[in-house]
Amino acid sequence: MSDSPVLTQDALEAAHHAHPPYQRHHFETMDQQNDATNFAMWLFLLTEIMFFGGLFTAYLILRNWYYPAFVAASHQLNVYWGSLNTLVLISSSFTMAMGVWCAETRRKSGLVLCLTLTFLLGLVFLGIKTIEYSEKIEKHHVPGFHYSLQSFLNPASDPAAAQYGDKPLALDMARKTELYFFLYFAMTGMHALHMIIGIAILGFMIFRARAGAYTTGHVTFVENFGLYWHFVDIIWIFLFPLLYLISRHQ
Amino acid sequence: MSEQAHHDEHEHHIVSPKVYVVIFLALLALTSLTVGASFIEMGIFNPIIALGIAVIKAVLVVLFFMHVKYSTKLTKLTVGAGVFTFFILIGMTLADYFTRAWGRW
Repeated sequence: MSDSPVLTQDALEAAHHAHPPYQRHHFETMDQQNDATNFAMWLFLLTEIMFFGGLFTAYLILRNWYYPAFVAASHQLNVYWGSLNTLVLISSSFTMAMGVWCAETRRKSGLVLCLTLTFLLGLVFLGIKTIEYSEKIEKHHVPGFHYSLQSFLNPASDPAAAQYGDKPLALDMARKTELYFFLYFAMTGMHALHMIIGIAILGFMIFRARAGAYTTGHVTFVENFGLYWHFVDIIWIFLFPLLYLISRHQ
Repeated sequence: MSEQAHHDEHEHHIVSPKVYVVIFLALLALTSLTVGASFIEMGIFNPIIALGIAVIKAVLVVLFFMHVKYSTKLTKLTVGAGVFTFFILIGMTLADYFTRAWGRW
């Protein structure tokens, strides 16, 4: 027992080199810790890209298969709500980026302001999404037992379809509009779920930022959350043209 | 060892607000452009332009808002490898669908 290797106090202190309190012991330097967390966050985002990628691919293939149905169904979306939401989301990405800068330069009140603005813009986005969803619900365009083909079998009866001069679809093609709305709700719903999770984390971060948690030089959490928020923005950057814009003239 | 491992890494780069403002304005301009373009009848070019603008916007967000331009080679490689794999997966799936019973679904 007595001859088992025992570190002297000096040796312990030498092994335990000086480091900031937020540096984990298993990292040699802060640089190494920052690189590792940044790498891990990007790996997570890559899994997210693959996840949304499946939905995008499904949309691409089914749009090619059932082209007339996807064109007619996309005419049901309001390009103005979509554009407004794009502006809201890009602005929230900007305020988030400014939040990261505030954290890096240790501006506490600036950080709280930026995070709060990002939080509010996120809520505005979801609010506009709610308006759009309720329009779909009212018109029975939610896939399921109560799905209505009226806008596609008789487009003249529906102002949204009539403004594009849509021609009536054959019944079998009209049925495929349900697939469009299935993908619409799957993609925007999954995107909205990411927004809801992001907004919840933002709420927590505002609370912590007010206590000065992210303005001590340790900005990893804010930075990585920023990556997540910008990623959600990028998903919308692709959803917006695919769902709202590319079928307007067909 | 740590000297060697870190000599090609750079200090944590703080992106200035000026860059963020310029990118923000560029994103707003590109959004107006893509919405404007959707009002013009261009046939096959409507989706091409819309997706082209979306790709430019995404690249701006990744490079500047997500700091990839200022990141380590490891991060750049990770992002590049991810996008590459994503295109392989999409490309192979589409190649399969486009060459198998197309039009007889």
